[in-house]
Amino acid sequence: MQNYDIYNPFSLKGKKILITGASSGIGKGAAIECSKMGAKVIITARNEERLQETLQQMTGEGHEIRICDLANNKAIKEMVDTLPELNGIVNNAGFTITRPVRKIEEEAFQQIMQVNTIAPILTLKYLLNAKKLLNGSSIVFTSSLAGIGRMSVGNTMYGCSKGAISAFIQGAAKELAPKGIRVNAVCPAMVETQILSAGVITQEQVELTKKLYPLGRFGTPEDIARAMVFLLSDASTWITGVNLLVDGGRALY
Amino acid sequence: MTLDEFVKAFAAEFDDTPEETFKADTRYKELDEWGSLIALSIISMVDDEMDKRVTGADLRNCSTIEELFNLVESK
Repeated sequence: MQNYDIYNPFSLKGKKILITGASSGIGKGAAIECSKMGAKVIITARNEERLQETLQQMTGEGHEIRICDLANNKAIKEMVDTLPELNGIVNNAGFTITRPVRKIEEEAFQQIMQVNTIAPILTLKYLLNAKKLLNGSSIVFTSSLAGIGRMSVGNTMYGCSKGAISAFIQGAAKELAPKGIRVNAVCPAMVETQILSAGVITQEQVELTKKLYPLGRFGTPEDIARAMVFLLSDASTWITGVNLLVDGGRALY
Repeated sequence: MTLDEFVKAFAAEFDDTPEETFKADTRYKELDEWGSLIALSIISMVDDEMDKRVTGADLRNCSTIEELFNLVESK
């Protein structure tokens, strides 16, 4: 019988990973999955109570919490200053406001770009300048199917913010490759998170939309988190600058 | 906002349907131009002009502009 504990390139054992937006949805799922795969995880978000809930569902010891509002670039810099050396980041925090083009609001647009685009890029910048990313680190961004131009009506502000990320990772991957740092993104389609359960769309619409998914369902946070684990692990050491679709086949239609 | 003003604001979200088409008892989902994009525009208009939140389900559950106005007012 093979001993899978000895040979497991997908393991995150011994790795220290920072995960933003870890209080809910994909970020929470990523924190839990990374901990199950052996990583020491530093989770960050605005709300301490909800971060504690994430922490309670994580496996293993040695995980840490940082409170940080990504709307505030100074707060990001200060948070980075408190971090130890890392082997990876999941730059995940993000949100959307649905508006048709003719109703785009400047302030809302700026908020989305700040949290979804500028904050994760600055987080990477500050970590690089503080020399806190070890050789061989893996950086994973949460983009979206919207980030590669596949977006639903009213979602253009979000699509812009994620499109910028999907472009950024390709440039950053080239720049950081000499340091052995890999930069990739996952591009999820619809995931069953609070955005869905908030009741903005009806159950009837949900069922109709599911028909557009060849694999017959929306994603779960775990589906996305496992793709992130792959990109963070040594199983993907020759993959960089990639926008990985994790979409149940949605883009096939 | 009065009902009359609401009907006008509602009409302004349409490009191809003449303004005089819109009355308080207009069954808006029967208009040719009605669709998901217009629905989103109405949701945004209600948010901007009245600072109230309506959902896609609200728009589906109401028939006339007046019904929608009453629902928004009740929120």
